[in-house]
Amino acid sequence: MSEPLARPRRKNPLARTRLPLLPQGARSRTAHGLTAAAAEGRFALQVCADCGHVLYPPRDACPRCLSAKLPFKNIDPNGRLIAETTVRISTDRYFHERMPWRIGTVQLDAGPAIVAHLHGDTVEGERVRLTLKLDKSGSAVMFALPAQETPHMQADRHWREMTCDPQYRRVLISDGRNAVGQAMAKAFAEAGASTVFVGIADPWKPFPGEAELRNIAPIEVVPLDVTDTASVAELAAQNGGRIDILVNTAEHVRPGGIIERGNLSVAREEIDIRYFGMMRLAQAFGPALRFRGADGVNSATAFVNLLSVHALMNWPAYGASSAAEAACLSASQCLRAELRPGGVKVLNAFFGPLETEWYQTVPPPKLAPAALARAVVAALQDGLEDIFVGDIAQDVRERLNTNPKALERELGSH
Amino acid sequence: MPRQPSARRSYEGVVACQPVTIPYRRYSTESAAWWIGRALRELVKKSGLRPQDLDGFALSSFTIGPDTAIGLTQHLGLSPRWLDHIPLGGASGVVALRRAARAVQAGDAEFVACVGADTNHVDSFRRTLSTFSRFAQDAVYPYGSGGPNASFALITRNYMNRFGATREDFGKLCVAQRDNALSVPHALMKQKLTLDAYLAARPIADPIHLFDCVMPCAGAEAFLVCREETARAQGWTHVRVLATIERHNAFPDDPIQIRGGWAMDAGELWAMAGLHTGSVDFVETYDDYPVISMLQFEDLGFCGKGEAPDFVRSHTFTNDGSFPHNTSGGQLSTGQAGAAGGYLGLVEAIGQLTDTAPGGRVPNARIGLVSGFGMINYDRGLASCAAVLARAA
Repeated sequence: MSEPLARPRRKNPLARTRLPLLPQGARSRTAHGLTAAAAEGRFALQVCADCGHVLYPPRDACPRCLSAKLPFKNIDPNGRLIAETTVRISTDRYFHERMPWRIGTVQLDAGPAIVAHLHGDTVEGERVRLTLKLDKSGSAVMFALPAQETPHMQADRHWREMTCDPQYRRVLISDGRNAVGQAMAKAFAEAGASTVFVGIADPWKPFPGEAELRNIAPIEVVPLDVTDTASVAELAAQNGGRIDILVNTAEHVRPGGIIERGNLSVAREEIDIRYFGMMRLAQAFGPALRFRGADGVNSATAFVNLLSVHALMNWPAYGASSAAEAACLSASQCLRAELRPGGVKVLNAFFGPLETEWYQTVPPPKLAPAALARAVVAALQDGLEDIFVGDIAQDVRERLNTNPKALERELGSH
Repeated sequence: MPRQPSARRSYEGVVACQPVTIPYRRYSTESAAWWIGRALRELVKKSGLRPQDLDGFALSSFTIGPDTAIGLTQHLGLSPRWLDHIPLGGASGVVALRRAARAVQAGDAEFVACVGADTNHVDSFRRTLSTFSRFAQDAVYPYGSGGPNASFALITRNYMNRFGATREDFGKLCVAQRDNALSVPHALMKQKLTLDAYLAARPIADPIHLFDCVMPCAGAEAFLVCREETARAQGWTHVRVLATIERHNAFPDDPIQIRGGWAMDAGELWAMAGLHTGSVDFVETYDDYPVISMLQFEDLGFCGKGEAPDFVRSHTFTNDGSFPHNTSGGQLSTGQAGAAGGYLGLVEAIGQLTDTAPGGRVPNARIGLVSGFGMINYDRGLASCAAVLARAA
């Protein structure tokens, strides 16, 4: 049985901060097929297109028929834990300071035997469910969970190495003036975050929802304007070492394409708030996040980007805005590489039109800010890296996989 | 397709001789090339050959990288006309023997020096593990990095669950091997091991405890393969090769390893040798972990699958016992010098059958069985092999 997570003690300011170490992240190119599945929380293995054989470890030829057609497909993750061991001595520095560490052999119903990390509630000889997780190195690993949910299973020590659970962590929401920022603050408060800092530009200006926000216990309103480098730097100097999860909720959604805009002023604002805003946050808070990746129960763990799904394919009705989102997506990939040495994940949450003022004329389905916030919290609890929230985002994702050119034409035809 | 054992040519007229061991060291500041050079020098010195007489060279070494055998020819000043690099870990010795024997038999080479050698710098074991194979990189090393201890812990645990082996059974093998090692001057483990001490040792990766694990070290082993008539003319004591087998990636569908390739080929081994299991006077298994020795007892036919625990309980394994086993102490007591570990049993067997073994002798030993096992690529050892050797008449 997992024990509930204990609230971390206040950190001794004189104590040395333990530096982050990573498990070995090097993988063969083919094995990153598992990383792609893990990033989205899918369980996929190679399945031979010619003979149907399910393979593991990843290969470049089928060991049954030598076919080279070995796509990764979603697979039944259930199996049985046939043998386990508790590793007590490790040659690897990351595991060395995390001993003892349990691993085991899982025989999947789908065929292969897989060596996996074990959740503390798994039992040798019994049924388990395999998941693919991104470990601190950012590469995929197999992780076996008990077949049924168990109490406090999120608190498992090995599991928390794979996830970014907000419980007892301190969160910064970069902009609390908008509906998404407020929904996000509430969702993190409910998920057990110990402090939720909510950034407000020009706090002397009142805003809708302010009273409610200030009444929620772990929420602390702080002055923050993502378009002002000095403001961002000031907050980072004060609180940067106490922020474990940063969620950038700054938004600036305006309709219109390139030609129709007629000038650059709105586009400049979009770029300033979205792209430069993200850069300012990353430059100010990134160093501390990366430094504190192994700093106990409330170690730094994630940087969250909220991205329009049209970062992936331009939607001309919001064409200039889509382009700014695409810039943020590209920057997020850079940020991932820069935060990875600290074991800190970058979660990209892609969404379609929201139930908010600037999407007023867009037909349904639209996504409620609260649903987006719940999805972000769930993705952090699961340690994901890319999520597609809501029907439109899922739809765009599917169509992008099938025929991106058709998607481009169809999005541009209204 | 079923094969007919009789289709294989015998090794008539070919012998192995000049067993060489360069005393092991826990850590060495020297390179693998240094250890290989020491082994060859000793081989040359013992045999009276000159280096240029060695026209065949087979090498196994994990730590010689980026070189392979070809680079070593220039490094060591050899000009062989037959060359082999055998990266098969614990199967290296027997595989080198069977390849060299065919080369000599066919006349492709006259004197084949077979060498297994590795160095052990303070950090080389970790480096070898983390880049051991693609599957190890993708699917083993990121999992707790217990290295082979963890992989064999899973195999051992499963074997205990299925067949009722106990830690006492494994301990009995380890204790007997330690007894055998006490008279071997170069064994790294010099203290007697009791069953109580074995059982009380600290856990490494449950159920593997300290004395189930080999000690990584530096060292070198070598022997010479040549024609029988040459050995006689030179006055070299030698052993005959009665039969060998080799198999890789056997039983890939077993979800966890309970048998090795020997189980496919043991019948052929005994048929080729014209002997049966009762004919052997001693057995050298590859003992990276005691459970693997048990698999070899079963798969080579000394008992049935799952019967090794009973077999162990009903025999004694010291050199004067009912089933002399790992007569120099095996890797568990002498140390595992990388690929030299795959030569250790073979070199010791040649010593036993030529009355030159450095430690205790098995009385009246005429037939010896040597078995090899190696290369845990993902979750199991892939290579298995064995040879039956006989004292020269």
